[in-house]
Amino acid sequence: MAVILEKNFPVEAGAFTTAGEASTTIKRTLKQLGIDAEVLRHVSVACYEVELNLVIHSLGGTLTLLVDPEKVTLISKDVGPGIPDIEKAMTEGYSTASAEARTLGFGAGMGLPNMKRNATEFDIQSEVGVGTTITMSFALQ
Amino acid sequence: MTVQEMIGLIDAKDMTPETDKKTEVTCGYTCDLLSWVMAHGAAGMAWVTVQTHMNVIAVASLMEMAAVIIPEGIEMEAPSLEKAKEEGISVLESPLTAYEICARLAAKGLAAK
Repeated sequence: MAVILEKNFPVEAGAFTTAGEASTTIKRTLKQLGIDAEVLRHVSVACYEVELNLVIHSLGGTLTLLVDPEKVTLISKDVGPGIPDIEKAMTEGYSTASAEARTLGFGAGMGLPNMKRNATEFDIQSEVGVGTTITMSFALQ
Repeated sequence: MTVQEMIGLIDAKDMTPETDKKTEVTCGYTCDLLSWVMAHGAAGMAWVTVQTHMNVIAVASLMEMAAVIIPEGIEMEAPSLEKAKEEGISVLESPLTAYEICARLAAKGLAAK
């Protein structure tokens, strides 16, 4: 399917003060494209969660936004450290967030489940020592 | 209920005079875990939280909330207020506890989500 738009957003590890900026820009971009409000809401929630995961858990990574006539796709790719047990990480309430992150109100263990709940299709691939890639698509119809 | 009506009801200080106070508030909520709010928030919501950092505004803006209410005389950080003005999110500071704020809003008919 022909890609209408592709944008990359680098996300820095531990950058709590700027966390959410990529998601806000992505939401604004999609709004300008006239994406349906309900779809926009799902993308916004999942996008924010995945961006925060990059800030809280990764060693840094990139968020990629792809739009084609049928769907919005978000790809989060980081450079580590990787998730040892994906099934556990997908469990609501389970979190390995730092004390610093928890003080800020993160680490409820809702991130990955929130992403899965909001995306039409959700895929997570991870290798310890290599990194994690999360691919989410959101149907436009 | 509008944001303006809410201000009087909970003895709040309007920390973002630039934002539109005629915005209709659709429901009320209180929680300090941001991911939890991302899962349960709604458009037009008035959200009571003791968190004061920038990410509160990011969440409120992404969920298209009407207002963030900071209870017990806690002050929101200045950069967060700047961000709130940019995003058009009203920030209210109230001397009341989160419990009292919710009780007053509920008594005036503001629904839970």
